[in-house]
Amino acid sequence: MSGAQLIAGALLVPLAGAAGIALAGRRPNLRETVTLATAALLFACVLGLARIVLGRSTPQLFLLEMLPGIALGFRVEPLGMLFALVASGLWIVNSVYSIGYMRANNEPHQRRFYVCFALALSATMGIALSANLLTLFLFYEMLTLVTWPLVVHHGDADARSGGRTYLAYLIGTSIVLLLPAIVITWTLAGTLEFTPGGILKGVGLSHAAIGGLLALFMFGIGKAALMPFHRWLPAAMVAPTPVSALLHAVAVVKAGVFAVVKVIVYVFGTEALGGTDWLPTVAGFTILAASVVALRSDNLKRRLAYSTVSQLSYVVLAAALLTPLSVTAAVLHIAAHAVGKITLFFAAGAIYTAAGKTEVSQLDGIGRCMPWTMGAFAVGTLSMIGLPPAAGFVSKWYLLAAAVELEHWTALGVVAASTLLNAAYFVPIVYRAFLRPPPCAAAHGEAPWPMVAALTLTAALTLALFFRPDIALELAQAVAGG
Amino acid sequence: MTFAHLPALEVVVPLAAAPVAVLLRRAGPAWAVATAAFTFSFVAALLLAAEVAANGPISYHFGSWPPPWGIEYRVDALSAFVLVLVSGVAAAVVPYSWHSVAAELPRDQAYLFYAMYCLCGAGLLGMTVTGDAFNLFVFMEIASLSSYVLIALGRDRRALLAAYQYLILGTIGATFFVIGVGLLYLMTGTLNMADIAARLPPLAGSRPVLAALAFITVGVSLKLALFPLHFWLPNAYAYAPSSATALLAATATKVSVYVLLRFYFGIFGLQLVIDSLMPQILLVLSLVAIASASLVALWQSDLKRLFAWSSVAQIGYIMLGVSMASPEGLTAAVVHLFNHGITKGALFLLAGGIALRAGSTAMSCLHGLGRRIPLTSLGIVIAGLSLIGVPGTAGFVSKWYLVLGAIEAGRWWLAGFVVATSLIAVAYVWRFVEAAYLDEPGKAAPEPEEVPRAMLVPALAMATACVVFGLYTSWTVGAAQRAAGLLLGGSP
Repeated sequence: MSGAQLIAGALLVPLAGAAGIALAGRRPNLRETVTLATAALLFACVLGLARIVLGRSTPQLFLLEMLPGIALGFRVEPLGMLFALVASGLWIVNSVYSIGYMRANNEPHQRRFYVCFALALSATMGIALSANLLTLFLFYEMLTLVTWPLVVHHGDADARSGGRTYLAYLIGTSIVLLLPAIVITWTLAGTLEFTPGGILKGVGLSHAAIGGLLALFMFGIGKAALMPFHRWLPAAMVAPTPVSALLHAVAVVKAGVFAVVKVIVYVFGTEALGGTDWLPTVAGFTILAASVVALRSDNLKRRLAYSTVSQLSYVVLAAALLTPLSVTAAVLHIAAHAVGKITLFFAAGAIYTAAGKTEVSQLDGIGRCMPWTMGAFAVGTLSMIGLPPAAGFVSKWYLLAAAVELEHWTALGVVAASTLLNAAYFVPIVYRAFLRPPPCAAAHGEAPWPMVAALTLTAALTLALFFRPDIALELAQAVAGG
Repeated sequence: MTFAHLPALEVVVPLAAAPVAVLLRRAGPAWAVATAAFTFSFVAALLLAAEVAANGPISYHFGSWPPPWGIEYRVDALSAFVLVLVSGVAAAVVPYSWHSVAAELPRDQAYLFYAMYCLCGAGLLGMTVTGDAFNLFVFMEIASLSSYVLIALGRDRRALLAAYQYLILGTIGATFFVIGVGLLYLMTGTLNMADIAARLPPLAGSRPVLAALAFITVGVSLKLALFPLHFWLPNAYAYAPSSATALLAATATKVSVYVLLRFYFGIFGLQLVIDSLMPQILLVLSLVAIASASLVALWQSDLKRLFAWSSVAQIGYIMLGVSMASPEGLTAAVVHLFNHGITKGALFLLAGGIALRAGSTAMSCLHGLGRRIPLTSLGIVIAGLSLIGVPGTAGFVSKWYLVLGAIEAGRWWLAGFVVATSLIAVAYVWRFVEAAYLDEPGKAAPEPEEVPRAMLVPALAMATACVVFGLYTSWTVGAAQRAAGLLLGGSP
């Protein structure tokens, strides 16, 4: 199949899947079969695209004109390719996990859940493959809207207030900051196409104006959770755990940092940003401040959420350093953090399902009842801290190398301090789980097998990405070099 | 009957349908006549729009009397665009009316409804197509008088009061307008709009001309419900029969905006309008309209009233575009006139479906609707997203041009104002979403049955149009850009 057909497939397969799930209605087996088949078919499309992209060509697809001179268009470059691979690949695993979780917990509204999930994947593919800012913006907003029903899944007061925070931050930042930023870019550059080297290169803005526009973009992309616009992410934790795992550790937040990298590399270009230096500071602050909050959270999902806020800013920090090495680190970290964090969330959901526990302080000795789950959790932890043999080490290595090369001591200090903080809030969980004696009444085993299989697989991927980072590295270096 | 008479037939067919509907005296035949008339008008409008796009403006001389002696009908890029909107909405609402009117009106009044509906549509089409200032006044009165009746037909007794309120204010508006036209006639000795425009420049600074500008501004602002002359609108929209509300909300205020554009840029000319400080005045009024009406909408306890207040705010956005008096600003105004027309049309049609099934559109009756009437609720969500201006919907296109216009004029604060106030729209649309999808249905829950298909199809078609014209914009934006060029070029 040609590249254009595969792009159309990547966008339409999840949409068709959503329709199929809606039609399957109240027959759970059929509904879940459709979900898994859709996920597999989508991954096949994305793999087909990856083969073309690794063969050094750029598939593209341009549909109608959304506004005069701005098409609804898609072009697959290495960064988007990697993001699409990660999101669509993990969707398969997540679907297996979801089936176990949703059944074991007798969750209501399962049809709506699977439909919205499929729609969210379609929006994610749209973001990953978009050829210009307007197309990206279109799918970015769509992703916010179709994930809202997942956040408010339980429909109670907590879910509603979480949902309101979610919308207020994400829609608020994107309409008030990102949209004007896009319009300004359009008036300045006369194009919104992502172009290697940037489209704002030759427009002759002052450093202050570039800095201001960058601020509109960086804070406007609320999904990247740069402080002070990070509050939606912990609020979204009211959602069922599979949502937190795939969407709020992978698809939605990565859509944010993906857009950040895309804007920095393909809209501004490293040349135009040369004189702007506030972004590493803000990202560094977010990394440390979020880690401190995580340290103080007893609720496991909340701790993971703040860890995500912190890890997202690694990507922003790396992209903001503007060297080939650091951009490689940013791209790699998108993939590395995805597999590690989804493992941690899977484990949190498994603990909730099997033992009904949500707080860190309740986890004494749980590793003896749930060795697979907590073993996978330990692997995820290694990746978050950035230790070998886990994926997080590779991206952190590149980030440190870039900081040393630039002699950017602030960045170096931030990474070092945050490594210690990460260890401080993750190691105690593993310690409790395996080394503390369990309380007397601990009569539960592992969660249902689909969940355990899913989290074992993602833990294995986390390790695999350390030993064989070839494909991810090749794509990352193509972004950094191009 | 030949192709050449289309500009006249566009108006005459629905106008003639009104007395026919009265003579038939039965709901069914009257409905059929109205359907046929507006379907014809819609097809004719599309043909006219294609003809204008291909061969430029059409000038039709009534009774072959050449202007300025005879009445001229003139179809150009702007009027063709508005004709398509008005006739399209009118043609979509008639099939919907069949069930809706049967449910909301006494059986023996239904044929009168269709007669008034034809008159109102014909009046609005006439206002759009005519090139004669006095003829425009006549059509304005036809449209207004019939809309007073349409509103008064609402089953709630408060509809009478709303119609009376509108009657008083609408008559004042029409009077102001005709005084303005009279002053122009006094100064130029002609009523043909192109002719007035040609004779006006030497008289531009004179007091009667400025007075005419002021009278016409106030008169038309009453009709288009610009703050602070909007008080008739919320009650009128809330208590009128559902299909009347949909027709009026989607077209009546829009045609008034069109009239204002014609007079401002087609007759008085850009320079005079700028010298008279009208842009500044309109700017302030539209800013207040947007902010205050959006906030009021947020606190409404009834869905139709909520949408009505949102209309006042959205008219503010259109007038904000007008006040910019720049190519981007006028493009935004014209394209939003269309986009908001279909958006609000869809919303009021769907709200009518809720009124039919739930018995009321009070917020407390909306609980759990998402599961009980899923398609109607989904339609409201889609049209609601267009109201907010989410990318991929028609509303986004308008917002894009408003922000673009503000930024190109160097008014950063204005761009910020536009995007910030659209967040209020998120809040009020989400009141519906939370009620329909998260609240459990209460005791007085509606029967879990979808709205009749004859109502659902036109309503959903219009909601779909909100998405279609959000992705495929070359026709709407192209027409709006041509219209803006035409208006700023100074020809009528």
